[in-house]
Amino acid sequence: MTKSQLIERLMEAGSDLNKKESELVVNTIFDSIGSALIGGDRVEIRGFGSFSIREREARQARNPKSGNLIDIPSKKTPFFKTGKELRERVDGI
Amino acid sequence: MTKADLVENVYFKTGFSKKESAEIVESVFELIKDTLENGDKIKIAGFGNFVVKQKATRRGRNPQTGEEIEISSRKILTFKPSQVLKTAINEEA
Repeated sequence: MTKSQLIERLMEAGSDLNKKESELVVNTIFDSIGSALIGGDRVEIRGFGSFSIREREARQARNPKSGNLIDIPSKKTPFFKTGKELRERVDGI
Repeated sequence: MTKADLVENVYFKTGFSKKESAEIVESVFELIKDTLENGDKIKIAGFGNFVVKQKATRRGRNPQTGEEIEISSRKILTFKPSQVLKTAINEEA
């Protein structure tokens, strides 16, 4: 399901939203989570899961083509931990 | 950030009441959870994809007792952040 399908489904879900409102809601939710993560904040949605930032350490690696040793700087990556309820539902428990 | 903050943001953006905003945010996550429970993926452009993966049975060890145990096959949820989100998170630093 894509974001536009989610927007359609939300309209059909008996929420009485028109297309514009449904778009605004879905965009606000994902923009808010994204902004929080960009600001270094952790996001916790009960029953769904939590988003946090994980630090990847700087390391050395080789360019597979030339064989040259290159420095890869440390970087941050978003991490999602599935919540208990969703983890069990996905596994069919 | 928690679900209550998301509700607050939706309330500010849409002008719906707090109660309506809370119900709508709940509906969005319920739709996402239903979809994932059915094994379908969720693709949010600019944010990332949630994908259900099947894991095979494997042998593991109880780290405390050293006893060998069988880890049953299961379905797990993975989140792959979009390049847009990963870049934005690293630019902030």
